[in-house]
Amino acid sequence: MATIRIEQDGAAGAVTHNKSKAIVGGRDILFGLYDDEVKLLDAVKAANADHLDIDDVYTPFPVHGLDPLLGLEESRLHVAGFIFGTIGCLFGFGFMTWVFTRDWPIIFGGKPYWSVPAFIPITFELTVLFAAVGMVTVFYIINGLGPGAEPRRLHDRITDDKFCIAFDVTDLSSGDVDQLRDYFDRTGVETVHRKMVPA
Amino acid sequence: MSGHIAPVRQPLITGHKTYHQITEDICRPTETAPSLSWVITFIISVICLGLFAFSVAWTIWVGIGSWNLNRTVNWGWDITNFVWWVGIGHAGTLISAILLLFRQKWRTGVNRAAEAMTIFAVMCAGQFPLIHMGRLWLAIFIFPYPNTRGPLWVNFNSPLLWDVFAISTYFTVSLLFWYAGLVPDLATVRDRAVGLRKKIYSIFSFGWNGSAKHWQRWESLSLILAGLATPLVLSVHTIVSFDFATSVIPGWHTTIFPPYFVAGAIFSGFAMVLTLMLIARKVLHLEDYITIEHIESMNKVILLTGSIVGVAYLTELFIAWYSGYIYEQFAFLNRVLGPYYWSYIGMMLCNVISPQIFWSKKLRTSLFWTFFMSIFINIGMWFERFVIIATTLARDYLPSSWSYYVPTWVEICIFIGTLGLFFTLFLIFTRVAPVVAIAEIKSILKTAGDQYIGPNAVAHAHGHTTKVVHQGKTVAPEVNDLQAGGTVDIDGEKDKPLD
Repeated sequence: MATIRIEQDGAAGAVTHNKSKAIVGGRDILFGLYDDEVKLLDAVKAANADHLDIDDVYTPFPVHGLDPLLGLEESRLHVAGFIFGTIGCLFGFGFMTWVFTRDWPIIFGGKPYWSVPAFIPITFELTVLFAAVGMVTVFYIINGLGPGAEPRRLHDRITDDKFCIAFDVTDLSSGDVDQLRDYFDRTGVETVHRKMVPA
Repeated sequence: MSGHIAPVRQPLITGHKTYHQITEDICRPTETAPSLSWVITFIISVICLGLFAFSVAWTIWVGIGSWNLNRTVNWGWDITNFVWWVGIGHAGTLISAILLLFRQKWRTGVNRAAEAMTIFAVMCAGQFPLIHMGRLWLAIFIFPYPNTRGPLWVNFNSPLLWDVFAISTYFTVSLLFWYAGLVPDLATVRDRAVGLRKKIYSIFSFGWNGSAKHWQRWESLSLILAGLATPLVLSVHTIVSFDFATSVIPGWHTTIFPPYFVAGAIFSGFAMVLTLMLIARKVLHLEDYITIEHIESMNKVILLTGSIVGVAYLTELFIAWYSGYIYEQFAFLNRVLGPYYWSYIGMMLCNVISPQIFWSKKLRTSLFWTFFMSIFINIGMWFERFVIIATTLARDYLPSSWSYYVPTWVEICIFIGTLGLFFTLFLIFTRVAPVVAIAEIKSILKTAGDQYIGPNAVAHAHGHTTKVVHQGKTVAPEVNDLQAGGTVDIDGEKDKPLD
């Protein structure tokens, strides 16, 4: 099978170093790539045990069980969805009420001006529309994603089959960096890289 | 033992894939030159699209009089095609939303293509009400916007207006849902590309980098959008059925219409998904990701929904008789035995009787029969809408105004034209975006890959490896390297395999 064998001899694969250190205000990132999510989870546990400050973890697909290890709080996107949905609901129902009772009351088929059951379908659709559009917009904004957005991208294989743990080593001494390298070696990393990225 | 594998679960990913192989297999169609069969199909589709442009231009230039609608039959092929396309557009959201909530893993193999199909089908559907207006440039009148005529508002009590809101909302939400799922996969394509391709995919992948927090929000977004899309998908065809059910025409004015339309929509949508996926898996070499297991699951949904519409057809007949209302009784007698009896026979044969062959496991796992049936059901569901619309209108209250409707070449060309629009968009989609959701397939690999479960499994959830005979050969020892740690629970007790 085409699984990549892990170098366990302490060398931890190739250590590459990005020479372009001239980025003003950039961050110096040391990151290791793992070839399996189970190794990644074990490595994050080991980092927690050693009190190492992980900057971020990048994976090709959502890895379950990672969020609590990284101390990530549950997403509050649903709150945004609820707020936008409520706005849509009130707007839709309120607008139709205003049109048919204040702005231009018309009798349709002998029904009352304020014919609530007939407003329900559009009110429902607008609730869903506002909630979905609002939540998706919030999702892209808080993640800093969008056409032309260039957030930190460490390695091309992260969206393919590599699981990445990144440390910000900008303000660390070389001794601390060596300690991180030892940590990567211990946790079965495949390769370790160092890269300057914009802040 | 927690690693027990339920024998009923079959692998959903075959070929002992690794994560990298999954990326390679699914990205390949976007990175290689199209095959001859793709080029030929594309040319035919574009010609049909040209036919669409021509016949729509003809309709607008000459007027709606170029269609054979008359005062008795004032809805014909246009609304039949509209309802048919909207129905087809229901499977995508059903697969991606309802099956996500039900935690059906087989959804991951087909959801991307089905959602794309949904979006394209709704685009086709939307053409018909617009063209039917005759004066296309006044289409903006259907939206309530501040205008200089009062302002004069639209009639919020009209089911036709509800439809405007339902279809536009459905299209928007489906598009957002589809694209949110596509962003990580476009990033995968981006990271493999070079040069101009990389620049283009960088724009469309929105700068996705796979950060843990992004994935967490992404999953949260998917789940809530699924929760919103589920009632939405049910509401859309319910509201389409209101176009008919709220009128006082015998044959339309029935309370069974909403559930009956929704079931029919799912039925026809799955048929179209199968038609497309059976071709796509062959042409794009995706047999390892869209397996017989996927096809069988979809055939089971078809069997269920086909039986539901069958019950609905019979219930309609029974209730018409039982109501004791002669106009209702005549409307249904006329539907079965009237001048359009042939379309009723077509509907019953294609939608109710023939899907029953899927009770046989042999037939529902047969590619030939599945493809054959999917075409059959597409035709049958078109007949259903034609039966409801044309047969009901052709025999209205006044026998002196009874009529018989046949379409003109313009109406036929517009229909063929929307097929051209649909296939043109779908064929472009298969070249520019991953047809299978890469990230989602990877996330189910360890619970649904054939090296982990099923008769050819070589690795087990606990990480211990059993040597098994694989297709007559003893499996090579390097498969032992397959990392399969964690507690992978195949029984569906937990859906988070790596908790």
